[in-house]
Amino acid sequence: MQQFVNVTLSGLIQGSVFAAFALALVLIWRSTRIVNFAQGSMAAATAFIALALIHSGQSYWLALVVALAAGFVLGAVVERVIVRPVEGGPELNAVIVTLGLFVAIQALIAIVAGSEFQSFPAPFGLKGFTFGSTTVALTPNSVFILVAVLITMLLLVGLFRFTRVGLAMRASAFGQEVARLLGVRVGRMLTLGWALAAVVGSLSGLLIAGGGLVYPAYMDSLIVFGFVAAILGGLDSPVGAIVGGLLLGLALSYVSGYIPRGSGLVNLAALIILMVVLLVRPGGLFSSTTARRA
Amino acid sequence: MPEAHGSTSVSADTAAARGGALLEVEGLTSAYGPVRALDGVTLSAEAGRITAVLGANGAGKTTLLRTISGLVRPQAGSVRLGGQDITRAPVEAMVGKGMAHVPEGRGVIAELTVDENLRVGSLFRGKVGRDEFDRVYDTFPRIAERRDNPAHTLSGGERQMLVIGRALLAQPRILLLDEPSLGLAPRIVAQIFGLLRRLVDTEGLSVLLVEQNARSALSVADVGVVLNLGRVVVTDQARTLMADEGLRHAYLGF
Repeated sequence: MQQFVNVTLSGLIQGSVFAAFALALVLIWRSTRIVNFAQGSMAAATAFIALALIHSGQSYWLALVVALAAGFVLGAVVERVIVRPVEGGPELNAVIVTLGLFVAIQALIAIVAGSEFQSFPAPFGLKGFTFGSTTVALTPNSVFILVAVLITMLLLVGLFRFTRVGLAMRASAFGQEVARLLGVRVGRMLTLGWALAAVVGSLSGLLIAGGGLVYPAYMDSLIVFGFVAAILGGLDSPVGAIVGGLLLGLALSYVSGYIPRGSGLVNLAALIILMVVLLVRPGGLFSSTTARRA
Repeated sequence: MPEAHGSTSVSADTAAARGGALLEVEGLTSAYGPVRALDGVTLSAEAGRITAVLGANGAGKTTLLRTISGLVRPQAGSVRLGGQDITRAPVEAMVGKGMAHVPEGRGVIAELTVDENLRVGSLFRGKVGRDEFDRVYDTFPRIAERRDNPAHTLSGGERQMLVIGRALLAQPRILLLDEPSLGLAPRIVAQIFGLLRRLVDTEGLSVLLVEQNARSALSVADVGVVLNLGRVVVTDQARTLMADEGLRHAYLGF
């Protein structure tokens, strides 16, 4: 029983980070029909900005805020300068551009910050809470991760559902031409969408880094998991991305927790889940797009 | 800037201006790649009237509207609205200048609810009072019942009502409508055209209508413009065109 609780808890925590990363992918896909393969290295770049600040003696919290702001600016600049020319063109062009950006940013991080492993501090303790004599896999830092992801999601929901900018962003994502005819500055909304997505991606990168090691390619595995989570949810659905992330986190946690030497099978399990979903429900678990496109 | 549609002062203003050219298109030429779709089109839409542009499929009707609203860049010619040159104005700015373009295929944003679709139509104006939305819902009770449903659940007629209502929330001086009758039952078409007529007569709206369904369009329009292969063939009073059997057979297909 205790093992089940622990495995489930760590699955949920991992899953919430996957969910945040998947959500970043979905936000961009929904508005520009581009899979942003550079999401991971963009997030890594902001984590290294945070690390540089922490090393220079600033607090974790200041570093966090600056890194998220840097993510916002980076997302906006990438969309405006690099992605805009390939938007609406052949899909392959955008794939090549974001893949190229992924490699370029990673190389740039290595040039500036070096490619050795560096430890990244966590804002809260990494020792599990104890109840009587048992210690659970829930740590103060993992509570922070859950709360941070939850707050971010709620803020995004609030933005999209209840604000004028959010409505303009959704209109731009779903009906570019109509939105333009109605006076919405669609280009600006797409830039804002990329910027917000980069903030969410950056947050997931900072959360996963906390208490661990960072190096230029440290986000690579999260890219795979986040991508699988996004596909699981259907790529088009923010709710799907979140549920997909949590499900994947749980599934992988059970694989590594219950199968002997299972931790070596985690990557394989993620790919098997991806393949099964694509075979059985190619549109993802939450797909309603075929119905809606009519 | 016109006040809310339906306010008496505007009706008086536009009634006074009725007959003046509100939208003037001169020598408009545009092409999709090597195919010339518009070839020196000159026409004008008068204030407080319905002007119908008619013609067969491929005559250039849709391209005409898309070029007027800036979705297609013209190679030559000019577009003036209320005397102001808007030929090169960006698409996003048109609605602020008083032009609302309802594109072909209804142009609802399927993923948004009915109410959200309406709100997008008023976004550019800043805060808009709830009473204006209520007035649209009063005009179209059918969509009022469905205001919280996603727009993709609406029927074709309801979608047409939604996009017209949404365009009205932009308080346009002129409404550009692309094939509003497409795929609708005759009864619904009559209902929508009747409503347009009422808005024009009582609220001073001006309409530039593009239609393949020439018979219905001429029955509601004041002026008809017949387009063929990107050129204007004839411009005349709607009832004169209706009476011209030779022309009807040659270009309008009825």
